[in-house]
Amino acid sequence: MAVKDYIRERFFPHMWCAGCGHGIVLNGLIRAVEKLGIDKSAIVMVSGIGCSSRIAGYLDFHTLHTLHGRALAFATGVKLSKPELNVIVPMGDGDALAIGGNHFIHAARRNINITAIVMNNRIYGMTGGQCSPLSGYGTLASTAPYTNVDQSFDVVQLASAAGATFVARSTGFHVQQMTEIIQEAILHNGFSVVEVMSQCPTYFGRRNRQGDAVDMLKYMQKITTPIGSKAKEQNPELIERGVFVRKELPEYCSAYDTVIRRAKEGK
Amino acid sequence: MVEKSQFVFTGSGGQGVITAAIILAEAAVLLENLNAVQTQIYGAAARGGATRTDVVISDTEIFYPKVDQANVLVCLTQEAYMKFSPIIRPGGLLITDTRYVRIERTVDAIHKELPMYQTVMDKIGKPIVFNICMLGALTALTRIVRQESVMKMLEDRIPPAFLDMNRQALELGFELGTAAAA
Amino acid sequence: MSNNIRFVQGNEACVEGALYAGLEFFAGYPITPSTEIAEQLSSRLPKIGGKFIQMEDEIASMCAIIGASLTGRKVMTATSGPGFSLKQEALGYAIMAEIPCVIVNVQRGGPSTGIPTHVHQGDVNQARWGTHGDHAIVALTASNHQDVFAMTVEAFNIAETYRTPVVLLFDEVVGHMRERLVLPEPGEIPIVERLRTSVKPGVNYHPYLPREDGRLPMSDFGGVHRYNVTGLYHDMWGFPSDEPKIINELLHHLMDKIEHRTNQLARFKEFYTEDAECLLISYGSSARSAREVVEKHRQRGERFGLLELLTLWPFPSDLIRQKAAGARLVVVVEMNMGQMCQSVRLAVDRPERVFLSNRVDGVFISPSDIEKTLHLIQGKGV
Repeated sequence: MAVKDYIRERFFPHMWCAGCGHGIVLNGLIRAVEKLGIDKSAIVMVSGIGCSSRIAGYLDFHTLHTLHGRALAFATGVKLSKPELNVIVPMGDGDALAIGGNHFIHAARRNINITAIVMNNRIYGMTGGQCSPLSGYGTLASTAPYTNVDQSFDVVQLASAAGATFVARSTGFHVQQMTEIIQEAILHNGFSVVEVMSQCPTYFGRRNRQGDAVDMLKYMQKITTPIGSKAKEQNPELIERGVFVRKELPEYCSAYDTVIRRAKEGK
Repeated sequence: MVEKSQFVFTGSGGQGVITAAIILAEAAVLLENLNAVQTQIYGAAARGGATRTDVVISDTEIFYPKVDQANVLVCLTQEAYMKFSPIIRPGGLLITDTRYVRIERTVDAIHKELPMYQTVMDKIGKPIVFNICMLGALTALTRIVRQESVMKMLEDRIPPAFLDMNRQALELGFELGTAAAA
Repeated sequence: MSNNIRFVQGNEACVEGALYAGLEFFAGYPITPSTEIAEQLSSRLPKIGGKFIQMEDEIASMCAIIGASLTGRKVMTATSGPGFSLKQEALGYAIMAEIPCVIVNVQRGGPSTGIPTHVHQGDVNQARWGTHGDHAIVALTASNHQDVFAMTVEAFNIAETYRTPVVLLFDEVVGHMRERLVLPEPGEIPIVERLRTSVKPGVNYHPYLPREDGRLPMSDFGGVHRYNVTGLYHDMWGFPSDEPKIINELLHHLMDKIEHRTNQLARFKEFYTEDAECLLISYGSSARSAREVVEKHRQRGERFGLLELLTLWPFPSDLIRQKAAGARLVVVVEMNMGQMCQSVRLAVDRPERVFLSNRVDGVFISPSDIEKTLHLIQGKGV
């Protein structure tokens, strides 16, 4: 199928700002699904609130645009109720890790077969540029006018520690890698987390003097490196890209099938 | 039986008074074709502390499910006795355990002090069936339900390995009650 | 002994009713005094191939049942006061997105942590107005286990018929009390199954376009029709819209589908109301004490009557006005500071004749408490 067969064309043009990185993620996601050849009716996309969550409406899947932070909780209901469906949850950094932090760690702990894509642009875009739990120490935001003194989460470390069985990171600059990682994440039987570093030139970029979208993308190229590269040894400040965790643990819905079997056998 | 019998079982958490109340009410409903309602006062602790459970048994529909004045009051601890003895209906029946309750006041009721705990410890050696012994004594004294109905409910809820012990406790209680009634 | 007779807690009667109605998915979180519902369903649901999940919090439980409902299952969650507060945002979502689901609130004392193990009926207005924004809601209650069962079945039927969340507002006394429950035979109480669209694959399906009878046929997630569901104001495709006409029409639709059916949704019981001079109005466990009082006075030949409400919302104002018309005195018996009493005063022609008999100290209101109120009223020379 052509890429445009996956979108709801009549709802375009999309509502994202010029230069927003979320469109790149949308593109990568569609290409991943296309390569996997999954039937559109076998995919449920569940999103929360924020710029990132609007991605769901543009895609011709079963789409559920929910509440701020709660996408994974809704998604858990969908998946457990009908495990044969592929459930993909795009989230923003604030959506996933501030208001939705509890659902994030518990979905990871359960290892339920859902793909969470954290579109990390380090800012609350839709409400006008407030700092997020991933903005980072020393950044500027509309609610951190004297610089942000909050430390950030590291999504990869958090997801790994919480028990996610597939954890990866890529960026909007590395579209090929991002697409491949999303593909693998969807195939993975368990809770998979993909952090995609995405640019918000309108708020984060402008306030923090990172230039326009192109500058921000180039910056992502500069500050990241493949996992275990020589460059990382020489410059430990670099952020690694690639798959950090890839392991097998009982998947929640399959494990629940065991519960059903035991209950029916009466033990 | 009376048209509406109101029971209050009191003791401390873990003595099994609530279980005893449920068994009594369940036997009345499932095996004696009576109406029964059981309620309890909940605290935060599952063990220890004063426990109270109310059972109303009637051959007509029961609306108000609690007991304001008890026809039958059972007190299995001193604390419960001190706290709840005023709720007994004049002329009602008060059952206390000799080991746990020291009588300190007179109530306008028929008072049966029974060595239920001691008997259970002497004959069975397991305090866990103290509540079932109490139920046996109460059944003998009130004849509210048949002893075999109580036994049938025990068979439904207790694992076979513990059934003999419970049957024995129920019979010991019934004997104590029958002797006291005479 | 008949196999259909049980001696159970009210919470178990609710579980039996839910299973009878076709419950297949439950998500919950432990909270007193509703926990028995979750415990029992964790054991019962997998036996019939259904799903039970203990979520990380109350919010997640509410969200999970909405997700599961969209896949075509009958769903329920259960909680108590503080948990009900936490569920309000997602309850509003279910109203907006028109998702059938049932939410049980076994009320305890509040506000805040309040008194977890004691009885109150303080969430009556929260059930109506707890979530933000204009909306309508259906809330049902019961005073005995047979009605707990029947109203639970009713809750599922209403949820499916009108694509709406339904709140079951029980209380600690009913939830924990044990009494007889006679399980109806299959088919004895009608069950409403979900109305699914007959639109063929490849033809446009509009999830939010009402049929002529006002009903909105659904299509399960995973089926052939792919559509959008959102908590934003949306058009007939479920796509967000900020068009004033669409906002206006959707809000009116959400209100009207419930409020215009107030009389149709009014479930109630009445005892000696036809000639009652003193009409007691009550609901939930309080109605048991009210009934005791009414029976006693009737035996003495005094014209007392009881109107027991099973539907609390939409508030059956017409019913109240009609039943109270002939009464010299209306006494609302409830365990809160007069939440229902306020609505009754608004409904009747002579609000000065409406009095409150309440108890709010965590102790179950007794017939003698109600008698005390009656003495006070009579002392006033009413």
